[in-house]
Amino acid sequence: MYTNDFDYYRADSVDNALALLGDHDGAELVAGAHGLLPRMKTGEESPPALVDIGQLSGLDAIEVVDDGNSVSVGALATHTDIAESESVRQHASALADATAELGDPQVRNGGTIGGNLAHGDARSDPPAALLALDGSLEVRSTDSERMIPATDLFEGPFETAVADDEIVTGVRMPIDDGVSGYRKRRDPLSGYAMVGVGVWLRTDDETIAEARVAVTGATTIPTRLAAVEDQLEGEAATVETITAASARAGTAIADESFVSDVQASAEYREHLLTIDAERALYDVLDLDQ
Amino acid sequence: MSDAGTDAATEGADESGGDATGGAFGSAIERGEDVPLLTGDGEYTDDISLRGTTHLAIRRSDHAHARIESIDTSDAAAMDGVIAVYTGEDVVESGVPNTIPTAWDLPGLVQPQYRMLATDKVRHEGTGVAAVVAETPHAAHDALERITVEYDRLEHVTDPVEAVEGDIHPVHEEAEDNVAFDFELGDADATDEAFADADRVASVDLRQPRIIPNAMEPRAALADWEDATEKLRLWMTSQNPHLHRMLLSAGTLGLPENKIQVIAPEVGGGFGSKIYHYPDEAVTAWCSMQLGRPVKWQATRSESYLTDCHGRDHVTTGEIALDDDGTIRGVRVETHAGLGAQLSQFGTATPSYLYATVLSGQYTIPAIHCRVVGAFTNTTPVDAYRGAGRAEGIYVIERLVDVAARELEMDPAELRRRNLVEPDEFPYESAAALVYDSGEYERAMDLALEHIDYDELRERQRELRDEGRYLGIGIGNFIESAGLSPSGLAGDLGAQAGGWESSIVRFDSTGSVTVLAGTADQGQGHRTTYAQIAADELGLSVDDVTVVEGDTDRIPQGMGTYGSRSASVGGGSIARGAREVRAKARRIAAHQLEASADDLEFEDGEFRVTGAPDRSLHIQAIAHEAYLGHDLPEGMDPGLEETNFYDPENFTYPFGTHVAVVEVEPETGEIEIERYVAVDDCGEIINPMIVEGQVHGGIAQGIGAALYEGAAYDDEGHLQTRRMDEYVVPHSTQLPDFETDNTVTPSPHNPIGVKGVGESATIAATPTMVSAVMDALEPFGVDHLDMPITPESVWRATEGDD
Repeated sequence: MYTNDFDYYRADSVDNALALLGDHDGAELVAGAHGLLPRMKTGEESPPALVDIGQLSGLDAIEVVDDGNSVSVGALATHTDIAESESVRQHASALADATAELGDPQVRNGGTIGGNLAHGDARSDPPAALLALDGSLEVRSTDSERMIPATDLFEGPFETAVADDEIVTGVRMPIDDGVSGYRKRRDPLSGYAMVGVGVWLRTDDETIAEARVAVTGATTIPTRLAAVEDQLEGEAATVETITAASARAGTAIADESFVSDVQASAEYREHLLTIDAERALYDVLDLDQ
Repeated sequence: MSDAGTDAATEGADESGGDATGGAFGSAIERGEDVPLLTGDGEYTDDISLRGTTHLAIRRSDHAHARIESIDTSDAAAMDGVIAVYTGEDVVESGVPNTIPTAWDLPGLVQPQYRMLATDKVRHEGTGVAAVVAETPHAAHDALERITVEYDRLEHVTDPVEAVEGDIHPVHEEAEDNVAFDFELGDADATDEAFADADRVASVDLRQPRIIPNAMEPRAALADWEDATEKLRLWMTSQNPHLHRMLLSAGTLGLPENKIQVIAPEVGGGFGSKIYHYPDEAVTAWCSMQLGRPVKWQATRSESYLTDCHGRDHVTTGEIALDDDGTIRGVRVETHAGLGAQLSQFGTATPSYLYATVLSGQYTIPAIHCRVVGAFTNTTPVDAYRGAGRAEGIYVIERLVDVAARELEMDPAELRRRNLVEPDEFPYESAAALVYDSGEYERAMDLALEHIDYDELRERQRELRDEGRYLGIGIGNFIESAGLSPSGLAGDLGAQAGGWESSIVRFDSTGSVTVLAGTADQGQGHRTTYAQIAADELGLSVDDVTVVEGDTDRIPQGMGTYGSRSASVGGGSIARGAREVRAKARRIAAHQLEASADDLEFEDGEFRVTGAPDRSLHIQAIAHEAYLGHDLPEGMDPGLEETNFYDPENFTYPFGTHVAVVEVEPETGEIEIERYVAVDDCGEIINPMIVEGQVHGGIAQGIGAALYEGAAYDDEGHLQTRRMDEYVVPHSTQLPDFETDNTVTPSPHNPIGVKGVGESATIAATPTMVSAVMDALEPFGVDHLDMPITPESVWRATEGDD
């Protein structure tokens, strides 16, 4: 298919990009363009203008910041950069897992984390990892900067809290003594997550002190599974605890929030979510089922 | 061809036999065509541009079934860059015949007119209703949205059973009950008797879903009409350029056949979908004729999903009658075959003669009866897809054998073995009207079971089941009626075209060889395998031979590439032509060497006088002499080339056994393919590497049908699986390493002993995979699940059991 006609601008700085966004109503940012372009070709999106920020320098750093309390990933870091980063592996393992499983090598080499998260595709892997890690997006507009917590980010299919006049400049995740991971069940057709579960746990003397569990792919919006988290917290880190908690994964989500398509019904996705939440929890705790 | 040509000295002047002097036949020679194809140098239809080329886009129906009330093209016509907008009425008014014909008649067949663009009604989503020609493809596509079509929607039907049994508004007024044909094959009374006499009867109800072929290159056409000469040149994605030329001439455009040149440049896959005469290529040509300018149409991927003929779509009840010792007494099959909204060329042959005739599979079955109801539905037309008919038939018999084995509590390999046609029974006349040429079924089956270590595997399966793990072992035995087709036989059954193939084997005057063949490659590697055949017969290297296909002005005649026919029928024609060339060369050699033709030995391209080996002439030197014409035998015409038409005396019958091992996880329904072994017997092998490639691709498509693929229509009659992210074609990462092997049982009637391999693995892999998953699910009491067997369907089948 052909895209509708659009104007193309290449920004030479963040300020320039923001100015271009301001000048062109409905303009969209692109970097790797792996999310937006396919939707433009199918006619699902038709922005009148694209502002290319893919060439901007200085936005792809991955570093420990904030006196060692956070890991910061630049918005233009590619999924490959992140999957191969020692800092991310060490401090935000779930994001390393998610970016390593994302798409295929071309997508991982070209796609960027800022674009991925701002795009708001509920089938993509990083959202569940970011939710589990309690990360935030750093965004800028012409006159302000702000942080968007992951829990506030995803508003609907392809809808996020990043405003039309804002640019994502980075992703920030707290460094703590928790363990995290991401488990993906790949849709055989699209390669996106049919079910993806991100998990972060902090244990204190064999007890699960804090838990964050999040899902992508199975639901219309990436979301935390509060009912599972509540059941885990304060309990012993055992197989029994995990089984009991993950059994609540389905009930944590309204039935109508599950995706249903030719590949897998909502009911089946709900069933898989229970299993995959359980397996993801086993993985991070290094327990045998 | 190892045994055929070892004894060159005894061959004498009779050149009817093979001659392995070149050694090219049977070698795993690398495909010469691959470098341009892999580096992007290959020239496909869309790569060709003529000066002043315009671009066509086709407005298609959004509805499954509706009366066209009005079409307003004025806004579209007024857009910048738009040259013309046409509707179906414009085509009618131009006076062209406007009829896409079916190529296979059946008794009582209802044949409604199939027009280039719809006039009265649209009968499936995707039906073309208007055509826009513009200066750029973008302008043409943009203008489509500005055409206003008003419809009066009618109720629709997409299911072949509902179409004929329901009280449904007919797809065509000519067929009130939506029945296009009601076909029977076999002896109903004898079958009833066999069922009455047998100890047991097993049965299965099954569906074979619609498959979307998904050729990597979507269809395309570039038409160039020249007013001054009234000649049409048409580049197009064709598996059979001559057939397209004939159908365009006689069916749609009404031009004399000799005023149409069809050229198939590189073609990126077909799997059947590029055999057919679709409306779109004819519309492209017709637009060029209206405008006197070149017109190009390139299908989008979405158009391919909506308009390329789909495959399969069968709903079947199968029954098998057996004695307690496993002897099969009879098979009875009733099928409703969805034909789609129009009769495509082989849409009638595929679910009738190509299907019912293979229901005996590899087995001795005394009585077979099959009824097929061909149903019009409001869907994309259905036609032959790789394996066409044979795949559907083998699926039915193999499922029946598996279900029967369970009924008899007999090992499925053992039940198969007890019923195999024995090697000394060939030629074997089946109860389904075919005469199998040759086969050693048990040899191939044993080899496959040996590769997989069958007995050990059954033991492991028992042990794992005790641990709550579910291994499944699937077996697929197949035959295929390949090498379409003996013309007389096919004609008796309703074919409206011949089944021969034609070629020219031509020595050029300096000794190189050009082979012109009427088949048309879409990736099969003909330029390599045909060169091997000709080089072998002529004692040359493959580098001496250039193969030309795909141009009706250069190649006099041809039938094309489909039905696993190119190697056996096309290759057979080339071998026969080369032998005639060699015979003429021998007569020239005898004349110039002053020897009797009978006294000449032929080896490595050299004719030598027996007993005087220093007196010799090389065939390439003879070619030079043939064109000089200075010193030829009395009465001989100059030149050294032969045109050959080869009409096979029978189908060829490739066969083999595939075995798959899967593990199924009941908790999630996930199916993991552990191993896949394929033993194929395609007769003599021209190039083992190409055979292996065909088997690999075939298995992938067969597994695709079993586990992943399947087009679906929603309640509105809209295709739900219309994009690559909605219709699953298996990725290489989802497939196991294939373990392939061959046995060689030559076809006794083919000039080079070849049986063909294009469709074999697709036919075998589908029942093999389904058999494996069903075997894994045996402890859950699940006898059959319909394809595609997704993890969800496995989970649903096992849920609550155990």
